[in-house]
Amino acid sequence: MINHDVLIIGAGLAGMRAALAAGDNGADVAVVTKVHPVRSHSNAAQGGINAALTDRGDDWRDHAYDTIKGSDYLGDQDAIEIMCREAGSEVISMEHMGVIFSRDEEGRLGTRAFGGQRQARTFFVADFTGQALLHVLHEQVLKAGVRVYEEWFVLSLIVEEGQCAGAVVMEMRTGGVHVMRAKAVIMASGGLGRVFEPSTNALICTGDGMALSYRAGAPLMDQEMVQYHPTTLKGSGVLITEGARGEGAHLLNSKGERFMERYAPNMMELASRDVVSRSEQTEIDEGRGIDGCVLLDCRHLGEQVIREKLSQIQDIARDFAGVDITREPIPIRPGMHYQMGGIKTDVNGSTAVPGLYAAGECACVSVHGGNRLGANSLLDTLVFGRRSGQHASDLAKSKPHAPITDAAAEDDLERIRALLENDGEYMFGRLRLDLGRAMDRRLSVFRNQQGMEQALTEVRDVRERYRNVRVADKGKTFNTNLMFTLELGFMIDCAETIVLSALERRESRGAHTRTDMPDRDDDNWLKHVLVKSTPDGPRIEHLPVVITEWEPQARVY
Amino acid sequence: MKATLRVRRFDPDSDTPEAHFQEYDLDVEDSATVLDGLIKVREEVDGTLTLRCSCRSAICGSCAMRINGQAGLACNTKISDAVPRGGGPITIEPAGNMQIIKDLVVDFQPFWDKVRAVEPWLQPEGPEPETEYVAPNDAMLHEAGVMACIMCGACVSDCTVLAVDSNFLGPAALAKAYRLVVDPRDDAEASRLARLDEYGGVWDCTRCMECVEVCPKGVAPMDRIMALRDKAMERGHTGTYGARHADAFADSIKHSGWLDELKLPIKTFGLFNIPKILGLVPVGIRAQLAGKRPPIFHKSIPGVQGIRRIFDRMESRR
Repeated sequence: MINHDVLIIGAGLAGMRAALAAGDNGADVAVVTKVHPVRSHSNAAQGGINAALTDRGDDWRDHAYDTIKGSDYLGDQDAIEIMCREAGSEVISMEHMGVIFSRDEEGRLGTRAFGGQRQARTFFVADFTGQALLHVLHEQVLKAGVRVYEEWFVLSLIVEEGQCAGAVVMEMRTGGVHVMRAKAVIMASGGLGRVFEPSTNALICTGDGMALSYRAGAPLMDQEMVQYHPTTLKGSGVLITEGARGEGAHLLNSKGERFMERYAPNMMELASRDVVSRSEQTEIDEGRGIDGCVLLDCRHLGEQVIREKLSQIQDIARDFAGVDITREPIPIRPGMHYQMGGIKTDVNGSTAVPGLYAAGECACVSVHGGNRLGANSLLDTLVFGRRSGQHASDLAKSKPHAPITDAAAEDDLERIRALLENDGEYMFGRLRLDLGRAMDRRLSVFRNQQGMEQALTEVRDVRERYRNVRVADKGKTFNTNLMFTLELGFMIDCAETIVLSALERRESRGAHTRTDMPDRDDDNWLKHVLVKSTPDGPRIEHLPVVITEWEPQARVY
Repeated sequence: MKATLRVRRFDPDSDTPEAHFQEYDLDVEDSATVLDGLIKVREEVDGTLTLRCSCRSAICGSCAMRINGQAGLACNTKISDAVPRGGGPITIEPAGNMQIIKDLVVDFQPFWDKVRAVEPWLQPEGPEPETEYVAPNDAMLHEAGVMACIMCGACVSDCTVLAVDSNFLGPAALAKAYRLVVDPRDDAEASRLARLDEYGGVWDCTRCMECVEVCPKGVAPMDRIMALRDKAMERGHTGTYGARHADAFADSIKHSGWLDELKLPIKTFGLFNIPKILGLVPVGIRAQLAGKRPPIFHKSIPGVQGIRRIFDRMESRR
């Protein structure tokens, strides 16, 4: 058995920020991650990180308002206030750690414009901001000497007398299963993008942490709020940063029109993501698309801006679509990108299970509500990663380890044994594809009752077939075949909570747009939808939205 | 399109754990990458095929491997580009210079240990400013060229020095070191360069260019290593054979306009460094036999004055 005060699951921005904070607070902290930290999906955040710096004439209240409006008034305003108020110091402390943020002529931090915001308050490193932050946090983790269990895969959380007491973890290199005992566990395992096919998300984003926490008794909140990013590449679905539009790129339909004029005359291409994605999909559905896509035009930005600020998407367009963005527009379409929902936490990361915390994309504080603003996700990971680390380490100081033993791994060992012996007929890949395609077909930009009911049937059909899954690799060493099959189990749980929540919300709000119920209904649905796992199956609950000073208004961009 | 992937397999758990090649015939879209092909194999054909991969967009650094003998990312290599001229299978092997764990998965621990060894974190002196450090944007843009490194290990895979000396820090760790040496906020340049001047550091690179060639992000590690050499010498680290070699080389050119190959090793190693000088005797004999012995009397080339003026101008600029 391995013992640590604070165990963090996931080594992206939220996990590593939590680890540093917990370590600074004197805790013995360890991180387990199924990939090396710098392989984490925080890498993929291209555009930047939002902060309203008062010495630049910006105000955190404006940032909060933009975020609340962006969330379609589903975000909890107390949490949003905290995030926006702490944003400045968080960005500055990342700069002090060594992030090479872009500068203005005076050598001070420069900003770019981002969607859904009236101020240019997005700090950035070219178009690989997430990578730049992730690698620098990893440097700091190395400096602090935090113990990182790399390529260890979490099988389950241990709940002892109602409290989270650690996790059962499989070491990929050897196949060994270990009980890791901790006084507090922080889930920072990222999103669930692969539940959808296609998705901009990396192959590792399989919703592990959400499903693990759900199974351990923590409710998932706002799961119906799935963000479709407006600019994903035709074919592979790879992300093209919102920074391109922030730098001035246009969206065009097949007639060459800047169609956003009709949908968001003020903010145009920089309206909120849900608005832009709906507009694009409408153009495509009404026959003004090209081969299922619209066009992102960067040509007028000039070669220098493209080279200095959009170099990565220049490479991506060239490598993955054969497009030279200085000469041709890029064919793009809305694609699954981000999960606003997740493990319900308070502003300190605490979940409903004592001892279990969550931060980052797997958590739902909720600061993003029905629609996340671009460049608020990095901020979310850092602010709430830090707060979770601080609070979890405080808790760890005040209590002993739970009296658990290596026997806590027995259920998982038995589960693995059964999986390996099961000579079923389905490879996980087939099932994953069926699941992902069903979700993308029925729960994308536009939804309706019939389609979502169909999705529920399809998800449950995949769950049924999953009983008959076959793990071809029977070995111990680096058995990814086994890991992917276990991940698929997590994905099925996540998919079910998404569909159930979406069926529950009988209105249109944020990313949840129902063609059969097109209006927002504040009288009945200004509230969160939660799904809780019970012995009798999933149970739906509700929670009111926290409103401090911004009353819901019509949302116009 | 149809393509055949010829993949090097190794499973330590199998009854016969010998490495071997296995061929997979695939029908893929014309735009498919090598990674798409490998994923298709493991999801639809052979679930035991093991590799690391994640983002599919050349940002996570997981899927470096040797494709037709050269390191690269599977995710940004198109199958259509990788098919050898005249057809035939695409050969896929694990990254080199690292121990194979299983199939295409190699042990990265020594790689990370070396990154750790260069103390790759900012080390400023004095109190932190209230707000951000003021730094020129040009410096940040320059560093971005190195921060673009995704630690995929392609450079380490194909490094010709690591193939013979595992003590070399290697291109990735040295590029990382470079970014901190040039960071205007970092105050540890002196100690960093002193460390990099030691055995395994910047002088062990043979300038073969492989790392520049295979880097999928244009980081050009070798160029960074050369820049670190310059900085080390500017800091007075002129005692290594590498630095003395560079100095002797430059002296010869400045003096005569061309390289005095007899004096070069003597100046590099020192006249009384008997073991090293004796070690060169067989080289000398072979050169003599091949008719390639440099002239004993080294004469200046015509126009050497012009070359000296170039040196003077460069030195006055420093």
